[in-house]
Amino acid sequence: MDHFPTNWGRPRNDAYDPYGTFPLPHRPNNHAKDTFAEGVQRTQQPIVTGTSVLALKYKDGIMMAADTLASYGSLARFKDVTRLHPVGNYTVIGAGGDMSDFQYIQKFLDELIIDEFTAQDGHDLGPAQIHEYLSQVMYSRRSKINPLWNSLLVGGFKDGKSFLAYVDLLGTTYSASTLATGYGAYLAQPLLRKEVEGKEDTLTAEEAVRIMETCIRVLYYRDARSIDKYQLATITAEGIKIIDSRPISTSWSFAEGIRGYGAQTQ
Amino acid sequence: MTSIGTGYDLSASTYSPDGRIFQVEYATKAVENSGTAIGLKVKDGIVLAVEKLVHSKLLVPEANRRIQTIDRHVGLATAGLLADGRHIANRARDEATNYRDAYDAPTPLKILADRLGLYVQAYTLYSSVRPFGISTILGSVDKDGPSLYVVEPSGVFFGYNGAAVGKGRQLAKTELEKLNLRELTTREAVYEAARIIYLVHEDAKEKEFELELSWIGDETKGVHLPVPKDLQRDAEAKAKAALETFE
Repeated sequence: MDHFPTNWGRPRNDAYDPYGTFPLPHRPNNHAKDTFAEGVQRTQQPIVTGTSVLALKYKDGIMMAADTLASYGSLARFKDVTRLHPVGNYTVIGAGGDMSDFQYIQKFLDELIIDEFTAQDGHDLGPAQIHEYLSQVMYSRRSKINPLWNSLLVGGFKDGKSFLAYVDLLGTTYSASTLATGYGAYLAQPLLRKEVEGKEDTLTAEEAVRIMETCIRVLYYRDARSIDKYQLATITAEGIKIIDSRPISTSWSFAEGIRGYGAQTQ
Repeated sequence: MTSIGTGYDLSASTYSPDGRIFQVEYATKAVENSGTAIGLKVKDGIVLAVEKLVHSKLLVPEANRRIQTIDRHVGLATAGLLADGRHIANRARDEATNYRDAYDAPTPLKILADRLGLYVQAYTLYSSVRPFGISTILGSVDKDGPSLYVVEPSGVFFGYNGAAVGKGRQLAKTELEKLNLRELTTREAVYEAARIIYLVHEDAKEKEFELELSWIGDETKGVHLPVPKDLQRDAEAKAKAALETFE
């Protein structure tokens, strides 16, 4: 017997409680349904974003490059942001996409590294393990429909082997001897492939820097969310080096000939 | 002890008529039965050393470590029940992580010792739990330089320049007092620590023991690490030699 008079005379909801179980059967209610009653909010879009990250394999290990801009929409909001981050002693991650999500990723990876260090068990995480861990986190977050809005490159060098792989907000992963995220995947990746593929074991650091500079320059000319300042990271047997941000040279003399930009000739 | 059998020693939540908590005192006894652990706070860092008594030759060397790492810059040595030491180390790691999450900075040891003290003290309040049978030496190099603390089974903690807990603590303390800790480098302190552990072991000579050594200082870039194998070997050789000439 249902002792709640408010429920009397209402149709029973068979989807919820087909047998009218004790003590209180579910009854339809007339309240308006409030989706946000529990204050649920998920990432709908990235807010402050970084653009491309580039990475290649060369003779001594891995080289990564990223410019130092964090945009707020189309506004060049933060011009000196580090988008390359060391994780442990053998790995660097580089991020495009939402910068606050990237900072969160940095934080939990740093915590992971400390947890592993305090175990003092003679093992430490290499780039492959960090990439696997990251991909599991990224996939589980997308499965909760609350992704970390980034595309990440994980590069590293451990035990004489270099490692380079990609993971993004969907948890998609792949690996290649050259990788690029964002616009770089369209603009820089063909250039990188042409210069690097087949030469991974002979390419010197100087050549690699030159290739990176070329790609960063192309991206600066064509990607409207980029800036002419970038950072380089190398991960080799000597460890991790992340070089202070430096400018790239550009030439704008051709702009004079562009209608609507240079002096009007007609 | 005359008070045994009076019924006031059965629970940590009951005082004796003269205001003592016997369970806490018994916990201190558990500490006194264990191999000695010492900590030295010197000019540029911290050295921790433990006399780990090996109760069986079948044990894998270096197993059951009594010096543990809490955070990059924090080391912990325990004397007393081994399992309690593990538990307190896990708790300390949680506290260190918690501090990092909240403040995005490495834990100052003062705060870690404070939090651990509160935790240990909570185990002296209830009849359903027993107090920790360990004294904990905490060492770290943080933003204010090197620091060293000891947390006792009662939950009290004090800062020290040199600390010793466990069976040989009296002799170890006398030896520590002879040192000019303020002027010592961590490398020199490693030798002194090894010498003191070998010295206090003299009384229990029939038992086998392993020396555990760790340090934090300029040479480790502020990171808590085991003392390198070759330095440890050298320190142990010198310690044995010093025993011959002692007294």
